[in-house]
Amino acid sequence: MNMRDLSSAKPLLQVDDLRVSLPTARGWAPALRGVSWRMERGQTVGLIGESGSGKSLTALALMGLLPERARVSGSIMLQGQELVGLPEPQLCQLRGARMAMVFQEPMTALNPLHPIWKQIAEPLRLHQHMSASDAKARALQLLERVQLPRARERLDAYPHELSGGQRQRVMISIALACSPDLLIADEPTTALDVTVQKEVLSLIKQLVHEDGMGLMLISHDLGLMQDQVDRVMVMYGGAVVESAATPDLFAHRAHPYTRGLFAARPRLGLARGTRLTTIPGSVPELMDFPAGCAFADRCSLAVDECRQTPPQAQSMASHGAGEMPHVVSCPRWRLP
Amino acid sequence: MPNKNAVWQRALRHPSFVAGGAMVLLMVLCAVLSLFWSPYPVGDIDIPNKLASPSAAHWLGTDSLGRDIGSLLLVGSQNSLLVGFIAVGIGLGVGVPLGLLASARRGWVEEVIMRASDFTFAFPALLSAIMLTAIYGPGLVVSIVAIGIFNIPVFARISRGAANAVWARDYTAAARAAGKGPLAITLAHVLPNIASVLIVQATIQFAIAILAEAALSYLGLGTQPPQPSWGRMLNEAQSQMFQAPMLAVYPGAAIALAVLGLNLLGDGLRDVLDPRLARQR
Repeated sequence: MNMRDLSSAKPLLQVDDLRVSLPTARGWAPALRGVSWRMERGQTVGLIGESGSGKSLTALALMGLLPERARVSGSIMLQGQELVGLPEPQLCQLRGARMAMVFQEPMTALNPLHPIWKQIAEPLRLHQHMSASDAKARALQLLERVQLPRARERLDAYPHELSGGQRQRVMISIALACSPDLLIADEPTTALDVTVQKEVLSLIKQLVHEDGMGLMLISHDLGLMQDQVDRVMVMYGGAVVESAATPDLFAHRAHPYTRGLFAARPRLGLARGTRLTTIPGSVPELMDFPAGCAFADRCSLAVDECRQTPPQAQSMASHGAGEMPHVVSCPRWRLP
Repeated sequence: MPNKNAVWQRALRHPSFVAGGAMVLLMVLCAVLSLFWSPYPVGDIDIPNKLASPSAAHWLGTDSLGRDIGSLLLVGSQNSLLVGFIAVGIGLGVGVPLGLLASARRGWVEEVIMRASDFTFAFPALLSAIMLTAIYGPGLVVSIVAIGIFNIPVFARISRGAANAVWARDYTAAARAAGKGPLAITLAHVLPNIASVLIVQATIQFAIAILAEAALSYLGLGTQPPQPSWGRMLNEAQSQMFQAPMLAVYPGAAIALAVLGLNLLGDGLRDVLDPRLARQR
């Protein structure tokens, strides 16, 4: 029995009550307020929310890339290994090897001074101690795997010689270099043209499927989640307000915030000049969250109680049973 | 900046780079030439021929001891280059690692390094150099070290500032996500990306070092006789200001040209190496 068989008995990722506070001029601001979930190998999870909801911070917390002064509590178990409080050298061994990340901006996430094969070779040389020539050969395989056209010629290209979509393919090949168990993609297509977005997403989907990795896809684009992930978690104000299997969520959106997100979605076929629905207000400053539900001030269903007591997560028994329960953190979700 | 040919083409079309580069090249050639040959040995004292006007034998005339001014200028350039190289080398060698360390570690390490830099910076460099020579006695080595010490905070500050900007870029975050440690990222990503800033600053500090050495030697605290130095030539010329004003003009012009050339070169390099400016051209 090898290492991987042993570790596969444990869930790929188990996050319990993850809390992160960031120092601000006005004191410690709670940026993540108790996030929990678990996922297995081969599962894909989407994290959705608007700017400031804590989705990118969650990704950074998983990678151990939070600012040094951030306070973290709770637990992140990667195949049974606790990551919270793990010393930096050990984290370095995990990053890029067992968990990897694709960044939002392919234009700036590659070093302009190095040819791309060197950047793909970096994790290989670091974690698998490959020689330069082996790593270059492997880099070519990886580039072919992410379907970069004319990969062989592109090995020695510099980032500025590639388009945005091509660079994002390079970023993906870097993330995949050491066959990680967990891939985190933080808005991997936001900076790309719409036509390229689809290609990159289906590439990620295919690669995740082939390797049986776990995928955490972060986005603010609902439509993109629909055919991309098994499960969606909706984040607001540093907490998960609703989580369900993707078809479930699209069929029965329960939390007022989720409903707002769906209503605000532009759709084809709307009459010209129709104003899109918006959610009134904006995400409050971290320091200004109400004691109760973070969304209370923008919610049309809110009553005084919502502002005072934090909402409890409750399962919607009606559907989404078993593996992926439909959970919503709102006592008033039954109201229309 | 990857395409080296493009950089060269841009450089050769840049007027300050070409003018500054030519002046600096001339100075370096003079120094190299003087290692092997000078019209007269600089130690040759020829009192009967003192303060001679320019002639076929002495192109630039002779000084108050009858030494050939042209030879003194040639050999003096060695001194200026030596001071520049070592002083800038001390600044780069100590200041850049400190700045990179501050940038990579942040927190109290950065505070300590930067406040120490501010502290050193707060002293007027030339006065402190005079103080050092007062303690350790005048001489070339002491003046080089004194000038070098005051280059340290300059390079520490500039490399920390530039490195912080690189650390904020996504590719360092991506390198961290790939499992690289801070030292490896500093060497592979940060240093190459701040090299152009450092090169530009180095040329400017080189000019400042030459000027500082000339000032110290002029005050009699730098290079000691018989080693010729442009600053000392100025000092010696001072007493003959009214009999032979040209004695002060030659070394003064040499210093001015060297400093001007280095500054032009630095300006040119800044434009040539800055990728943002390059795109506008």
